Amino acid sequence: MILRVGHLYPEYLNIYADRGNIAVLTRRAEARGHELTVEPVTLETALVSGAHDLLYIGGGQDREQAMIAPDLAERAGAIRESVEGGAALLAVCGGYQLLGRGYRGRDGSWLEGVGLFPHETVAGDTRMIGDVLLESTLPEGRGRTIAGFENHAGRTVLDDGAEALGRVVAGYGNDGSSGFEGCRVRRAVGTYLHGPLLPRNPWLADLMLSWAVAHGTGDEPEPLAALGDELETQAHAVAAERARRRGGRPA
Amino acid sequence: MGARLALESSAARLVGRLSRAAGRGGGTTLPGKLVWKLDPGALELLAGRLPQGVVLVSATNGKTTTTAIASSILGSAYRLAWNNSGANLASGVTSTLLAADGAELGLLEVDEFALPEMMRRTRPRAVCLGNLFRDQLDRYGELEHIAERWRDAVAELPPETTLVANADDPLVATLPEGRDRVVLFGVDDPRRARPALQHASDSKYCVRCGHPYRYDAAYVAHLGAYRCEMCGHARPALDVAAREIEPDGLDGVSFVLHASSGSARVRLAVPGLYNVYNALAAASLALSLGIALDDVAAGIGRFSAAFGRFERFAVPDRSVLLVLIKNPAGANEAIRTLEDGGVPPTLVVALNDRIADGRDVSWIWDVDFEPLLERADRIVVSGERAAELALRFTYAGFPLERLELVAGLEDALDRGLELTPAGGELAVLPTYTAMLELRAIATTRGLTRPYWEDDDA
Repeated sequence: MILRVGHLYPEYLNIYADRGNIAVLTRRAEARGHELTVEPVTLETALVSGAHDLLYIGGGQDREQAMIAPDLAERAGAIRESVEGGAALLAVCGGYQLLGRGYRGRDGSWLEGVGLFPHETVAGDTRMIGDVLLESTLPEGRGRTIAGFENHAGRTVLDDGAEALGRVVAGYGNDGSSGFEGCRVRRAVGTYLHGPLLPRNPWLADLMLSWAVAHGTGDEPEPLAALGDELETQAHAVAAERARRRGGRPA
Repeated sequence: MGARLALESSAARLVGRLSRAAGRGGGTTLPGKLVWKLDPGALELLAGRLPQGVVLVSATNGKTTTTAIASSILGSAYRLAWNNSGANLASGVTSTLLAADGAELGLLEVDEFALPEMMRRTRPRAVCLGNLFRDQLDRYGELEHIAERWRDAVAELPPETTLVANADDPLVATLPEGRDRVVLFGVDDPRRARPALQHASDSKYCVRCGHPYRYDAAYVAHLGAYRCEMCGHARPALDVAAREIEPDGLDGVSFVLHASSGSARVRLAVPGLYNVYNALAAASLALSLGIALDDVAAGIGRFSAAFGRFERFAVPDRSVLLVLIKNPAGANEAIRTLEDGGVPPTLVVALNDRIADGRDVSWIWDVDFEPLLERADRIVVSGERAAELALRFTYAGFPLERLELVAGLEDALDRGLELTPAGGELAVLPTYTAMLELRAIATTRGLTRPYWEDDDA
């Protein structure tokens, strides 16, 4: 089937190789006989709720994020409705912050977010930079690990009872102190992990794809046929070793 | 130089020789680190004793090549203290100045993060600012922050310092505004423009109002002739320009160097538009120091290659072309140059993730490797993060059966040579520390000179 991906602000939010995530989704969909069409959703385009099986939003530099933030806030309704309607969504780094309730700058300013993820982000004094390893806390990812790289000044604090993406084995995670990383709402996943995220964590790519397929068919998600993934496994192992050896430590 | 500094200097130089004798690399930063410990004020004193003063060169990409070209031009006019080993932090610069007894002019490549401190401490005669690209975000942070640090440091420079800046880079071009002594350089040859901005282009929004720039010509990533249709901010007039650019495969490029004093056709022995920018930066710097245009052209003509940057060495029956890649903009231009000059059928690409390479390897996904993947028959991936490169290439559609993963760099080099037919050329694209290691292997095999050999010469 054709899987419709909406890529939010690709020319503004692309700082951490976000196109790598898109390339992985495209190839892995193809390997299962699906075709991924990627539509840029940007300042001039409309976003119709439910029009995409998967939404993707990456991270940008502060300047670029400030440029698109007001436009994104206007689309809050369409994004939340899409996720309510069962669409998959992946948000990385800056996009992850912007999809929360908002961002408190160091000068006390408040940047209104989309309100999809139950969290708020506060600017910190230091950046949290380094390799990260997570143990997935998603029911669909039991026993799985996620390896990536983080580079963020924002401390993201989840609401009580909010579902994280994983427990931090090595690295900082959401805020450097809670021991958790990322957030999940229905079929939406937000995370600070880039690297990019999906090439070395193919099971997560497949989970996102299975959700996108489910949105398209209206059926329950079905696991996708397994692929070889030898290189992916090797890359994951090296990245995980890096995180264990030199990742940041939660304060 | 005071007696104390003289004593410290000779002690530190001795440490450099001992370090080399002990086989611990080039010993190019150790003497500087030692003096640093002994006397943190040494840098000012060492810079101050040079009769012709100090010039600083910085950029995200091309600072080593620019400085090497500048040394080729300036070396016939002055005895230089030049950090040709690429040791471009304060300790390396201090080492260079220590080792250069009798030098007249300091020609110093400086790391972009270290530049503000070096500007404050050396009171440079001229500062050459090449470009700012997205690079090692885990180490340098965001582009705008580097630009702000540069801007603050420029504001503190004495008025007699000349600012040599790339007019084609919007962020860099605004830095000398309001100063008296400014030389702006750029490319003026729309025939060589790219049809569109590249994926990883950085400064594509107006530095004044944030509206996207319109490019009449984009030459290298976001470098080009830009203008903002909203507020009118545009590339300033060029004092020094490259026109009528004629590429010569992978062997070099020629262009007309146009300055207020006249024009001269110059030939550069390294290929690529980005090297034209490096030559322009070096030429503008030399012109600002009063070197005549003909001498500038001759100096550019004498230049061969900076280590690891389109550096060629011969092995029996084959040659190796070593092309450093370190960030999206630089790698894209290296790839574009290989594409224009002819992609060798076999490539070795090596990715390390040490501090000098950037620990975050995500940048490889922002490099447009595709032109290489379409043309190469075989690719050997190597280095500490070889598997990430393998993923980058296979997810781009490069067939797994034509890809080999060989972790060790020496083995990868040998495998690449094995796959290269006799008489052919192997292109090797390593990140920084992988390049140093490959060059050390070549040196051990007697194929090239060690990079520190000039130090004591």
